[in-house]
Amino acid sequence: MSFVPHSDADQRDMLAKVGVSDVRELYSDVPAGLLLERDLDVPDALSEWEAMRRVTELAGSNPDLVCFAGGGMYDHYVPAAVDHIIRRSEFYTAYTPYQPEVAQGTLQVIYEFQTMICELTGMDVANASMYDGPTATAEAAVMARAVTRRGRVVAARSLHPHSRKVTNTYLDGVGAELEVLPYGSDGLLDMEALRSSLSDDTAAVIVGYPNFFGGIEDLEPIAEAVHAAGALLVVAADPVMLAVLKSPGACGADIVVAEGQPLGNGPSFGGPVVGLFAATQKLVRKMPGRIVGGTVDMEGRRGYVLTLQTREQQIRRERATSNICTNQGLMALAATVYLSLVGKSGLRQVAETSIQNAHYARRRLVDAGVEVMFTDAPMGREFAIRTRDDSQVVLDRGVQAGILAGVSLSRFNSLEVGDGLLLAFTEKRTRDEIDRLVDLLAG
Amino acid sequence: MSDIPDSLRYTAEHEYIRQTDVDNEFIIGITDYAQGELGDVVFVELPQAGDSFARMDVFGTIEAVKAVSDLFAPISGEIIEVNAGLENDPALVNGDPYSGGWMVRVLASDPSELDSLMSASDYANHIDS
Repeated sequence: MSFVPHSDADQRDMLAKVGVSDVRELYSDVPAGLLLERDLDVPDALSEWEAMRRVTELAGSNPDLVCFAGGGMYDHYVPAAVDHIIRRSEFYTAYTPYQPEVAQGTLQVIYEFQTMICELTGMDVANASMYDGPTATAEAAVMARAVTRRGRVVAARSLHPHSRKVTNTYLDGVGAELEVLPYGSDGLLDMEALRSSLSDDTAAVIVGYPNFFGGIEDLEPIAEAVHAAGALLVVAADPVMLAVLKSPGACGADIVVAEGQPLGNGPSFGGPVVGLFAATQKLVRKMPGRIVGGTVDMEGRRGYVLTLQTREQQIRRERATSNICTNQGLMALAATVYLSLVGKSGLRQVAETSIQNAHYARRRLVDAGVEVMFTDAPMGREFAIRTRDDSQVVLDRGVQAGILAGVSLSRFNSLEVGDGLLLAFTEKRTRDEIDRLVDLLAG
Repeated sequence: MSDIPDSLRYTAEHEYIRQTDVDNEFIIGITDYAQGELGDVVFVELPQAGDSFARMDVFGTIEAVKAVSDLFAPISGEIIEVNAGLENDPALVNGDPYSGGWMVRVLASDPSELDSLMSASDYANHIDS
């Protein structure tokens, strides 16, 4: 079998068929001034070995930094078995199932993924995954409007700024705008502002859990207020923290979304990642995305199907619940393998060690006279500090010392928190590494 | 052969409408032919009592396993009751489209609109053509 998609002979046949003698004639409608009448300015081709040498050289200029950056993406350890399993050819080449029932293995993985996400979030139903945390959040906003037949969507200012921005983009398409609720002196949602904002046109309230500053919101009173107004509570969670926190479902959340990267996926310069999306059973018909269901075949054997497809675009067209017709198959697979490997107690250990590291760092920083923000709020694995110098200067200094010293808050004007650094901790950080971070920040 | 009761009026979109014992009140559902074409009905999305619709407005949707269809109002009016039984047992539409599988009860705002709907024999011709 030839793997050349179209040979010279094929091209000649195709051109003859459409009555054109040269490929360039197909571009005759492009104004001459827009055509690039020269070769692309790229270096000459390298042999495979030369290319390897060049890429290795380039890779060598990456500094190997100890990572304290978080803000939605975290430097957790990914066991070697995760990569090994997801690279099996049966999995690696499988896209989201479009002829689903013949891909029982893929469906089974997604079914198990959904089951684990339900357990983690405390929700009834999870879908096969979304593109990432922010698009999952935006879909939740759109879904809440459809469920409640109301217009207003409100988010805590401490929700991840990227999630707010993407949600706003989605809402713009339906003629709405995301409203923002302030945080109090502890960085947590201002309950008074929440109560006075709620109206009979509020569709959803979205909060982070923990919020962007690492503070743990008290979800139950929020859920109570939101439900009293007939709106839905959308919780955007850190999935690792869910191993130790009371589940959003148990606190009354109607929809739970998350950036799933911390589960078995590398930060990889920002992607590809995987969005998690779960809801109550009552809302299942308005959910976006693909959902795998378990069933039995005619001989009574266990099998899997793509269920509730009438919500989706290939059937419901312009009235579909969402325009997503896919899932992040490989990343969701990695999350499934990761959760299977670490198990319930393993994930709890990951979370606990991360939290202990964060608390050790915070104590050391306070002792060293560094200003830590929002210390009145319960905290997980992440917190914000003021820096004495411009945060970007501190980050540059960190790189010299082999440390990626967090995420600069000055990148996020909409947080209205001023300059500083957001520091995140995982189970990979050692006491020695944290001490070096403290030296850098206190110096 | 699908069941097309003589006593009902029909739309080209396969809804039927039936006069109740109360003046100007009508029951709307989909025909036996329509349920057969859709296959196993898994969900019926209905409006709420109090909602109003103009003639041929979409008042709901009906979902089979791999098909979904809009439901069109044969006449203008206000919804006074929906068939709550369909929520737990949407298959009533398949098994008993003209009785247990009814969808909404409406108060007609202009009963003369009924004259523009098809008779049973018109509808039989419509689905044969």
